[in-house]
Amino acid sequence: MKQRTLVVISSGLSQPSSTRLLADQLAASAVGAAARLGVTLDVQVVELRDLAHEITDNMLTGFAKPALKQAQDAVAAADALIVVTPVFSASYSGLFKSFFDVLEKDVLTDKPVMMAATAGTARHSLVLEHALRPLFAYLRAAILPTSVFAASDDWGANSVEGPLRGRIERAATELAREVERREPATVTDPFALTENFEDMIKNL
Amino acid sequence: MQFGIFSVSDITTDPTTGRTPTEAQRIKDIVTIAKHAEQAGLDVFALGEHHNEPFFSSSPTTTLAYIAAQTTTLQLSTATTLITTNDPVKIAEDFAMLQHLADGRVDLMLGRGNTGPVYPWFGKDIRAGIPLALENYGLLHKLWREHVVDWEGKFRTPLQSFTSTPRPLDDVPPFVWHGSIRSPQIAEQAAYYGDGFFANHIFWPASHTERMVGLYRQRFEHYGHGSADQAIVGLGGQVFMRRNSQDAVKEFRPYFDNAPVYGHGPSLEDFTRETPLTVGSPQQVIDRTLGFREYVGDYQRQLWLMDHAGLPLKTVLEQLDILGEEVVPVLRKEFASLKPAHVPDAPTHASLLAARSEKKEEVQA
Repeated sequence: MKQRTLVVISSGLSQPSSTRLLADQLAASAVGAAARLGVTLDVQVVELRDLAHEITDNMLTGFAKPALKQAQDAVAAADALIVVTPVFSASYSGLFKSFFDVLEKDVLTDKPVMMAATAGTARHSLVLEHALRPLFAYLRAAILPTSVFAASDDWGANSVEGPLRGRIERAATELAREVERREPATVTDPFALTENFEDMIKNL
Repeated sequence: MQFGIFSVSDITTDPTTGRTPTEAQRIKDIVTIAKHAEQAGLDVFALGEHHNEPFFSSSPTTTLAYIAAQTTTLQLSTATTLITTNDPVKIAEDFAMLQHLADGRVDLMLGRGNTGPVYPWFGKDIRAGIPLALENYGLLHKLWREHVVDWEGKFRTPLQSFTSTPRPLDDVPPFVWHGSIRSPQIAEQAAYYGDGFFANHIFWPASHTERMVGLYRQRFEHYGHGSADQAIVGLGGQVFMRRNSQDAVKEFRPYFDNAPVYGHGPSLEDFTRETPLTVGSPQQVIDRTLGFREYVGDYQRQLWLMDHAGLPLKTVLEQLDILGEEVVPVLRKEFASLKPAHVPDAPTHASLLAARSEKKEEVQA
C-alpha cells in the first residue's frame, strides 16, 4: 500500500458544526476510495476555529505561532486537501479566507484540492463556483472537478442515501484517483538558496 | 564585540499621555539619544531611512554628520540604507563624504525597504527588489574601489569615465552590512562579497534568524573569505528594562499594545516568547542576549531598538543608562570569554586600513 497524507480544513464555528460533519464524511469516503486503489490515506483535520487568534496574529506580525505553523506545514506537506467552509454573507467565511491569506506563497501549486461548502439553503450552492473556485484557481491548486455543497435539507432524516451521498462518493473517488497517480508531495524550503550569486546576476 | 542602538525614526504618539512629538522635537531628540549612547559606553548608533510618514529620517547622512561632529568614539551606521530606491552613485558620494567628516567612524547597512508605495515615488518597482539590490550594490562596490568607472546596467543610466567623489577615506571603502530577515538571496550576496550580514532579529522568530545566518556563514566560507565561524554577523534586538521585571512589563505594556508593526495583535507575553523581544530585568536581558549566540554562533554586533513606539525621551535615556551600566559591561566580558581567538571583531576603518597595509606588505615580500 502507498502511504499518502490528506489534510482537511474545516472552518465551521459551532461545535458540532455541519461544516465539520460534511468534512468528516468527505474524509471518510476519501479514505475508503483511496484504500480501494491501494493507497493508505493518513488524515489530519485542521479546525480553523482553534487557530482563529493565531491567524489574526499572523496577519499582523507576519509569522505563525506554533499551532498555526504546524497546520501550515501540514498543508504544505499534504498530498491532497479537502477544504470546507460555511457560507457567510454569500461567500466563504472570513476565517477560511484568512487562513489561505497567511499561507506561504505557492504551497498549493498543483496540489489536489476538493472544495466543499455548507449553508442553510441550496440557493447558496454556486458559492463554490463564484467564490471558492476562483480563489483556488488563483492559488494554482489542482481543483477536483466535483465540489460538494450541503444545505440543511441534505442533513434531513430521509437523505442518508440521498443525492449528497452520491456527490460525496464521486468527489472522494476523484480525490483518490488523483492522489494515487501522483508522486508524493514535496515541500520547498523558503530559506533554501535556489541559485548562486553568479546566476542571480546573470538573470537580473 | 560591538554594542549599540538603532532607530527607525518613527514619530509615534505616546499612548500613555496622548502626546505626539513634533518633527523638530523628535529630530533633536535623536541627536540627544545618539550622544547619550556614546556617553553611556555604547559603540554604535544606526539610523533608519524612510520616505513616508510617520518617519522623519529621509536623509540619514545629514543627521549622522551632525552627530559625528558632537561625538568622538561612536561608530555611525544605518538601519537601513535603501539600496533599491536610492541611486547607488549618490550613496557612494554621501557615505564617502560622511566617512571623511567622521574620521572613518562610518559603516552602513543596506536593506531593500518593504513599503510598497515608496518604490514608484523613486521610479522603481517593489517586485524588482532583489534585482535592484544586486545591481545597485554591484555598482556601489565598484565606485568605491575603482577610480574611473565605466558601467552599464538594467536599472540606471550608464556611466562613462565617472569618478565618485570624494574618494573613500584612505581609499578604504566603508564596511557594508546587508540586512535581510528572510531572503536567502541577500545572505548569498553578503557572502559573495565577504561583507557583513545583519539579521534584524526583532518581530521574527529565532528560527528564521538561525536559518539565514547559517546560510550566510556557509556561503561566506564557500566564497573563500574565511571559515564559516569567521563571517561577520550582526543582530537586531529590542528590550525594555526595569530593576524589577514586573515593573518593566507594566510600564512597557501600553507601548507594546499600541506599537506600530506589532500593536493590537499578539499579547506581550506571546511576543516575548516567540521573538527576541525582552521586557524585564537587566539580568533577563543579559541571559536572553547571551542565548542568541547559541543559534547564530559568535557574532560581532548587537544593536537594540530603544526609542520606538512613542517612549518619551527621558525613558529612552534611562534605558541607555541601564544598558551602559548593567548590561553591556557584563555582555562584553561574557561574549569575549566565549569567543575563540580566530573569530574576528566587526571591521572598523582602523582594522580595514591595517588589513590593507598587511596585504600590501605581503605582496611586496
